[in-house]
Amino acid sequence: MSFLIDSSIMITSQILFFGFGWLFFMRQLFKDYEVRQYVVQVIFSVTFAFSCTMFELIIFEILGVLNSSSRYFHWKMNLCVILLILVFMVPFYIGYFIVSNIRLLHKQRLLFSCLLWLTFMYFFWKLGDPFPILSPKHGILSIEQLISRVGVIGVTLMALLSGFGAVNCPYTYMSYFLRNVTDTDILALERRLLQTMDMIISKKKRMAMARRTMFQKGEVHNRPSGFWGMIKSVTASAPGSENLTLIQQEVDALEELSRQLFLETADLYATKERIEYSKTFKGKYFNFLGYFFSIYCVWKIFMATINIVFDRVGKTDPVTRGIEITVNYLGIQFDVKFWSQHISFILVGIIIVTSIRGLLITLTKFFYAISSSKSSNVIVLLLAQIMGMYFVSSVLLIRMSMPVEYRTIITEVLGELQFNFYHRWFDVIFLLGIFRIGRRI
Amino acid sequence: MKLKALPSMSRSDWCRIPEQALPQEGSGKMASLDRVKVLVLGDSGVGKSSLVHLLCQNQVLGNPSWTVGCSVDVRVHDYKEGTPEEKAYYIELWDVGGSVGSASSVKSTRAVFYNSVNGIILVHDLTNKKSSQNLYRWSLEALNRDLVPTGVLVTNGDYDREQFADNQIPLLVIGTKLDQIHETKRHEVLTRTAFLAEDFIAEEINLDCTNPRYLAAGSSNAVKLSRFFDKVIEKRYFLRESNQIPGFPDRKRFGGGPLKNLHYD
Repeated sequence: MSFLIDSSIMITSQILFFGFGWLFFMRQLFKDYEVRQYVVQVIFSVTFAFSCTMFELIIFEILGVLNSSSRYFHWKMNLCVILLILVFMVPFYIGYFIVSNIRLLHKQRLLFSCLLWLTFMYFFWKLGDPFPILSPKHGILSIEQLISRVGVIGVTLMALLSGFGAVNCPYTYMSYFLRNVTDTDILALERRLLQTMDMIISKKKRMAMARRTMFQKGEVHNRPSGFWGMIKSVTASAPGSENLTLIQQEVDALEELSRQLFLETADLYATKERIEYSKTFKGKYFNFLGYFFSIYCVWKIFMATINIVFDRVGKTDPVTRGIEITVNYLGIQFDVKFWSQHISFILVGIIIVTSIRGLLITLTKFFYAISSSKSSNVIVLLLAQIMGMYFVSSVLLIRMSMPVEYRTIITEVLGELQFNFYHRWFDVIFLLGIFRIGRRI
Repeated sequence: MKLKALPSMSRSDWCRIPEQALPQEGSGKMASLDRVKVLVLGDSGVGKSSLVHLLCQNQVLGNPSWTVGCSVDVRVHDYKEGTPEEKAYYIELWDVGGSVGSASSVKSTRAVFYNSVNGIILVHDLTNKKSSQNLYRWSLEALNRDLVPTGVLVTNGDYDREQFADNQIPLLVIGTKLDQIHETKRHEVLTRTAFLAEDFIAEEINLDCTNPRYLAAGSSNAVKLSRFFDKVIEKRYFLRESNQIPGFPDRKRFGGGPLKNLHYD
């Protein structure tokens, strides 16, 4: 009986998350495009819904809501569904949409998408070999095998994103890094841009006029087509077309210059806007926050380095350690069990919410930057894949932030994964990412 | 940048072009023909670059790629072709890239191309309804450029027929990818685009940029295109001779005046 009630609660929450994912897709991601394949939207929302349910189950674990056995059942079911989606469905559909875009292979879409999926599975499997992930006594298609590999990819992504965020965040928030841009700079650059456009136009006018006179005189301007055309053009070419190719080369160079000038001008406008923003209240507040964030980032880098150099992985979570410190050193007595539950709930809740929000914002920005009307389906599916893997590995890593009594369910469901390995791997990639990005800036 | 000297050519090849040196900055004195400037606007991926290539070079664009910034091409058009007053003009087609939801810094940069525009071609994709809806925002962005110099839209994208009734710049609506619309849906799509063109008080042309036969000489599309270019040239050169004021921004400053009555044909 209680199992039915619990299940209905879970299913209701899943439907809620599904609706949220659907709305997010329609309002934010696909706001400038038309949704022609509803499959994509459904897959995205389903991935989002099941990922959020995992986090929900962790929270329920801490708070002690729902029956423990029904929680365990839902964990297992959730995990199976997510793995099914991440390893089978999404890669298959990515392959299918990629193949649909290529005109040549349009007829045998299914065949080629199956081939692509098999290639993906091969590389996915090979990924697990160099890592000491798990003991060999498990079967081929068990949950542990799949999760371990998904975990590796997801943890890499998380570390890269964290590293990028750690370096980018103070750079964006603090106005110390803004270079001074005046209106005259922008005007000067705009004038150069318009001058370049004028030069391009005058050359194109020449070319258009030359083509017109050639056309009127009966010589049709045709590019060498085919093999014999190329041979012919080597030996005898009309003098008009020779000059045209010369001018065309000059035009190409000028067009490249105009593109660069355009991008530089856009950059200057963006900097000018940031300068104006930093003078407002909100800007000043974020500037202030930026200082705190940079200190936090430096501390994180320091901790990661220490973890790797001294080869240690934190044994206790921050909550228990914090409570220990307050009890032992500050001498404040309070009900440890009660407070540890609530504090860890708040802490884990904050971590979950900020990571979901951060990921969705990053995905949206990424999507706007690189998608076009042809590739939007493929890109959204790639983002759904990344999102799923990211959330699965968040669950792996969040285990460290929770007190021991709440870790049991994750350990039970996910089996005998070497969790320490993942933390070590996170630190390594985090540092690598920071150094690569730091060098670029 | 340093330019190589062009090899000498015979006069018959370049009979109409007097000098071969680079023009002075910003002058249109280079060739003996007058020029008009026409913007080509629309969402990314609708086919503006293919369209401009087709209009100017009478060839299909083989490898369309992302347009960054603005790319220009030139077409020589015979104004009033077939009559004794026939005269050739240069039509500059400015293909402005980007999407209507870009960051405001990109919009401010784009605004520099909207100076002294004589005509606007609005391009939308017949297979994508959003691109047709975005045309309202595109036209507002280009037409409002002088009212709000920072590039922020005044009417937040809402369509206002009053603004288009007052508009003096000729518009043309072109729908692309006609070949990808299935026969059965064609009627419904064409009705929708007819309403769209009516809203803009403009002619419309529907074609496929990979097939030059849609603009073959003598076809109704070619006639509409020719009429549009004639209208643009007329508004630029023949209805303002008394004032000598080029283009849009100065017209707004003088608020119409005695020329207003001439615009109803």
